[in-house]
Amino acid sequence: MAKSNKPIFWSLFAAGGTLAAFLAPVLVLLLLLAALGHPPDVLGYAQLHAFAAHWLGKVFLLAVITLFLWHAAHRLRVTLHDFGLRQDPVVAVLVYLAAAAGTALSMFYLLRI
Amino acid sequence: MSRRPFVREVSRTRWYFRQPRYLRYMSREVTCIFIGAFALLLLCAVRRLSQGQAAWESFLAALEGPWSALGLVVILVFAVHNTTSWFNVTPKAMPVQIGEEFLPGKFIVAAHYVAWILVSLLVLYFAGVR
Repeated sequence: MAKSNKPIFWSLFAAGGTLAAFLAPVLVLLLLLAALGHPPDVLGYAQLHAFAAHWLGKVFLLAVITLFLWHAAHRLRVTLHDFGLRQDPVVAVLVYLAAAAGTALSMFYLLRI
Repeated sequence: MSRRPFVREVSRTRWYFRQPRYLRYMSREVTCIFIGAFALLLLCAVRRLSQGQAAWESFLAALEGPWSALGLVVILVFAVHNTTSWFNVTPKAMPVQIGEEFLPGKFIVAAHYVAWILVSLLVLYFAGVR
């Protein structure tokens, strides 16, 4: 059987989609409350810093940010094709590089907290 | 191949307007733009959080306002669309077989919706939303 990198990217897409399905709406809602001038307690500096300082909080934030990014990158690749952009090899490299950069940056920022 | 093949002209960039179900497909696919934008917003938030209290508080101050609220409402709509479309195909993505029979899809979908509501309430509770 021919080797393919599809399973890796597809599993990240599926994992991110599932995580986004369960968590994205409520997380958006938390930031929306802040945008409306009623930030929930967790967005206070002391509380959020304590959350992100714990390794479990770091794992949660890292999983949310990176899996959302990989999900979006893979689906964007397919969607750009659907919008008529027929440059898949270039698009694939660009979207996956962006997701990889986002993964590296989120690790970097989280480890500094 | 026949000498005069019939070629139907289909626009590469506007084909999905031809049928409602193509549009539904595209509405589901474009949710990724909003999930990706939200992930970038969270990346910004983590960056500002790592820079200390003043940076975090200026992030929160910058977030406050009607335009970012409007943007987040749009993201929320597409995030919910991702959730519902994701859950509605779960019976096809992971059918549950019990003996010879398959569990009816509606139970699998309903279980996901129940879990979604519980997870959301749990997050709201721990986030201190009252």
